[in-house]
Amino acid sequence: MTAVLTIAGYGLREALRRKVFGVVLILTVGFLTLFWLGVHFLYGNLGNVGPPVGVDARTFVGATVFGLAMFGTLFLGTVLAVFLTLGVVRGDAERGLLQPLVVRPIGRSTLLFARWLGAVAVCAPYVGIVYAAAMLITGLTGHWWPDHVVTPGVELAAAVALIAAMSLLGSVFLSATANGIAIFMVFGAGLVAGLLGTIGHGLNSHGLERAAKVAAYLIPFEGLYQDALREIVSSTTGLTGFLLELGPFGGGYTGGPWVRVWAAAYFALLAALAAWGFSRRDL
Amino acid sequence: MSPALSARGLAKRYGSVEALGGVDLEVAEGELVGLLGPNGAGKSTLVKIVCGLVRPSAGSAEICGLRAGSREARRSLGYLAELFRFPGWASGDEVLELHQRLAGSEGGAAERAELLDLVGLADARDRRVEEMSKGMQQRLGIAQALVGSPPLLLLDEPTSALDPVGRRTVRELLEELRGRGIAVLLNSHLLSEIELVCDRVAILLHGKLVEEGSPAELARPRGVEIETDEGTRLFEGAGRDDTPQLVAELVASGRRVYGVRVLTSTLEDTYLEAVGGETS
Repeated sequence: MTAVLTIAGYGLREALRRKVFGVVLILTVGFLTLFWLGVHFLYGNLGNVGPPVGVDARTFVGATVFGLAMFGTLFLGTVLAVFLTLGVVRGDAERGLLQPLVVRPIGRSTLLFARWLGAVAVCAPYVGIVYAAAMLITGLTGHWWPDHVVTPGVELAAAVALIAAMSLLGSVFLSATANGIAIFMVFGAGLVAGLLGTIGHGLNSHGLERAAKVAAYLIPFEGLYQDALREIVSSTTGLTGFLLELGPFGGGYTGGPWVRVWAAAYFALLAALAAWGFSRRDL
Repeated sequence: MSPALSARGLAKRYGSVEALGGVDLEVAEGELVGLLGPNGAGKSTLVKIVCGLVRPSAGSAEICGLRAGSREARRSLGYLAELFRFPGWASGDEVLELHQRLAGSEGGAAERAELLDLVGLADARDRRVEEMSKGMQQRLGIAQALVGSPPLLLLDEPTSALDPVGRRTVRELLEELRGRGIAVLLNSHLLSEIELVCDRVAILLHGKLVEEGSPAELARPRGVEIETDEGTRLFEGAGRDDTPQLVAELVASGRRVYGVRVLTSTLEDTYLEAVGGETS
């Protein structure tokens, strides 16, 4: 346990010393300012939105724009998670940073877990803070609040933790550059699959929905994100709820109740594969 | 008492390339052994197998009686890689503190101060690694390897980035470590350095051990040179034991003898003979 905390703390300290937090803080303030401007102007012109009769414009705008903020939060959290983990094994080994640590009497799987923990200790609170800030901006400016407040934020943070685990697994087999490219491509593929699922739901295309569901289970961070989108409007009914389900950010498609359980199992599989791969890697 | 390091039939293949072809090597407690060989001879591979960074294809190695690569064995060694780097954002003191925690050393600040002093970095304890010269980083690497006072040190080219003064510091340090009973496997290209400090030398070529022995054992007689009133004569093939008779014969034949020099090959000669002039 001491080794885990030592290495996780080492990762945190590196992020702090490398001014990662400073850069992230500045860019996040920029993102939230832009988001606030968008929300401010949207709600200022609510009368011009003109949704069909029977649609609650405040809810429609709030859920859509907050869904957009959730996508932004997931993206920023993903960027942070990937850049903190993309070179943990092969990248650090190629630079000669890893060998002095690996010869110490700590297990290789302990080292991997600690590096993941260190990354998650940065990314998860970050996602939580940006999510809460976006919710406060939407709520205080537009007087709309999501149907569920906590669960969607936790799901977003879990999605980012899963991406950090994928990036760590990739770092065992790929060079840092190749790993970064691969993870962002998987991230993009996941988003496309989610959007296709939403479109399939709107068009009542079972084939498209099934394909998206398979994708959500293959890369469950996307399933968690979609489930988070669903959660923010899960109690919204009527025509407003139906239109929001058409997406893209209102949350219609759902990977099903098992996506959370599968995400946990998926993490265990990633961890086992990464530990196995790292144990066999010559450094 | 188990030797500090014992390797039996150690072999490693990378695909079709044989990096090590069954090496037997032993380093006794407190012994300083130099590992020589051209680039690609398998020196670094051998060291990496011993410290658990590389898995052997065949054979086995033990550190103080413990299976090499196991967590218990890694507790008993200090390692300086040929190509290593410490995080640039950390200070020298922080690097040592990190390794103290990972090695389970309870030496605390006193051990860190002693190690930094030992490698001549006492004044640079708070300096960031990225602000240190390459030589300073190498000395910090040696200090890192000494964290927790391991009974076996594996040093892969520890003086490659050092200037002559730095090399001398390391040489003196190695002699002090021997005095403390710490065994050292020193992988270096600097033959003069190995000759000066090592108890025993092992020469690797194409992954196989081709020569092994003390520097004196490896030195071969190259004749006796005698300076007389007729000039200097070389008696090829003669050794130290032949000298009194050679001098007596010369004196008996009326020559005046001014000086005698017994010639032996240097470690460099032995090395070049063993590797046949190979560089890679």
